[in-house]
Amino acid sequence: MTLDAAWARRWVAEAQTAVAAAKDDLTELDRQIGDGDHGVNMDRGLRAVTAKLEQTPPDVGDPETVGSVLKLVATTLMSTVGGAAGPLYGTAFLRASKVTARPELDAPGVVALLEAALEGIAARGHATGGEKTMVDAWQPAVDAAEALSGADATAVLRAAAEAADAGATATIPLVATKGRASYLGERSAGHEDPGARSTALLLRAAVTAAEAG
Amino acid sequence: MKKLLDDPDNAVEDSLSGFAAAHAGEVEVHGLGGSGPHFVTRSGGPVTGKVGLVSGGGSGHEPLHAGFVGDGMLDAAVPGAVFTSPTPDQIVPAIQAADAGAGVLAIVKNYTGDILNFETAVELAEAEDVEVATVVVNDDVAVEDSLYTAGRRGVAGTVAVEKIAGAAAVRGDDLAGVKAVAERVIANVRSMGVALAACTVPHVGRPSFDLGDDEIEVGIGIHGEPGRHRMPMASATEITKLLVDPVVQDLQLGQGDRVLLFVNGMGGTPQSELYVVYGRARTLLEERGVTVARSLVGNYVTSLEMQGASVTVLRLDDELEQLWDAPVKTPALHW
Repeated sequence: MTLDAAWARRWVAEAQTAVAAAKDDLTELDRQIGDGDHGVNMDRGLRAVTAKLEQTPPDVGDPETVGSVLKLVATTLMSTVGGAAGPLYGTAFLRASKVTARPELDAPGVVALLEAALEGIAARGHATGGEKTMVDAWQPAVDAAEALSGADATAVLRAAAEAADAGATATIPLVATKGRASYLGERSAGHEDPGARSTALLLRAAVTAAEAG
Repeated sequence: MKKLLDDPDNAVEDSLSGFAAAHAGEVEVHGLGGSGPHFVTRSGGPVTGKVGLVSGGGSGHEPLHAGFVGDGMLDAAVPGAVFTSPTPDQIVPAIQAADAGAGVLAIVKNYTGDILNFETAVELAEAEDVEVATVVVNDDVAVEDSLYTAGRRGVAGTVAVEKIAGAAAVRGDDLAGVKAVAERVIANVRSMGVALAACTVPHVGRPSFDLGDDEIEVGIGIHGEPGRHRMPMASATEITKLLVDPVVQDLQLGQGDRVLLFVNGMGGTPQSELYVVYGRARTLLEERGVTVARSLVGNYVTSLEMQGASVTVLRLDDELEQLWDAPVKTPALHW
């Protein structure tokens, strides 16, 4: 249950498996209210991250930190995902990497990671909650994590992932006011936001990776 | 899905490779065969002392943008995956390649992905000491420009921005000057599009939205996303009116105005039908006392094999007209 660099690597592997399995579902969500490529773009990005990590063995150079793994995730997603999701997730992981340059994360460390990621997404996307974007999954995740900061790190992560999942579901009735879905106006209501769903998948993968440790 | 492809995952690479071979001597395609990130530059490099022009966006809109690289238009273009914005690691070297010391104007279509990737890339390029200015094209009247949307999309009007800003750069305007001309075009150009049938992204393999045989989608963008509303199929005259009216209204065109009328095909509609739309649109404009001084008809900003068309109107003044008429020599536009 140690949230160290090995956990961060397992997180990537779990995220890649989860997104590959959900690729068609994510694309279908995006087809309803976007341009129908979120699943394939995320799948391409995470496959690239996995390949990149395999080429970067952990025992080379300085002892690996959580932050150095997340930084590699950030730069790879930024250069392979494209669309809006690439720079958004890229910025999220880049900001997160800056507050996790440590061998191991405790509960406040997890909270800091999530807060930095949310801050990055909100800044890059100029978005706030309730606009039917991935912020609607990240914001409740951060809120839940902050409320539990006395607990152990994995419990904080689990609470965040559950809140992100509920947050993604709660985007269904929303009318989009940011991103490509906003072009649909009222017609965007009744569909789950694909970015919020992929956020929930990524955070769930972080929990699975922690439990496997 | 029936498409002339070997491997859907290599659709962009294979197309760029053919494009490079067909237009060797005019353009150079970088990054083929996995040698690096994809971007396109004019052969012979940037013109010393001239402001460089860079644009880019998802692939699938050909000839936009790579087809407009050359004398009098773009110095570099950055093609992303199909309907997906290019990434900063492609945009940065394109900006650097377009810089001949006078700075670079980035022309970005208003789509969230394009904006975010270009913003990131411009920050990185500026850190490398390239002076970059950005303009955002948002000519699509189908989208309300309000707090409740990501703003109007950049669609076919982009061709006019790239052509006219390109001519201003050739004329010797500095970066601020070229940017000002581009912004004047953006302020005076509006578009509206319709789809008769959706398109299929190669690596997705299914149409990007479902449209009945007897339905049309009004107010579409160019990335296969659905439009504002759908309605039963109608005659060319009725459909053209649906496209022209909101454009005229938005530009508040009337007696005495001179315009460029551009009827753009979405990729799957024959030229003959585009001329039908052009003829009807011209009549509608002339009935209001508007003079159609310049015209362009053809497939310039496509959405793969989507059936449909868009009408773009640019309000002209003497300077914009001269810059439109200035010589251009690119794979897709030349006079």
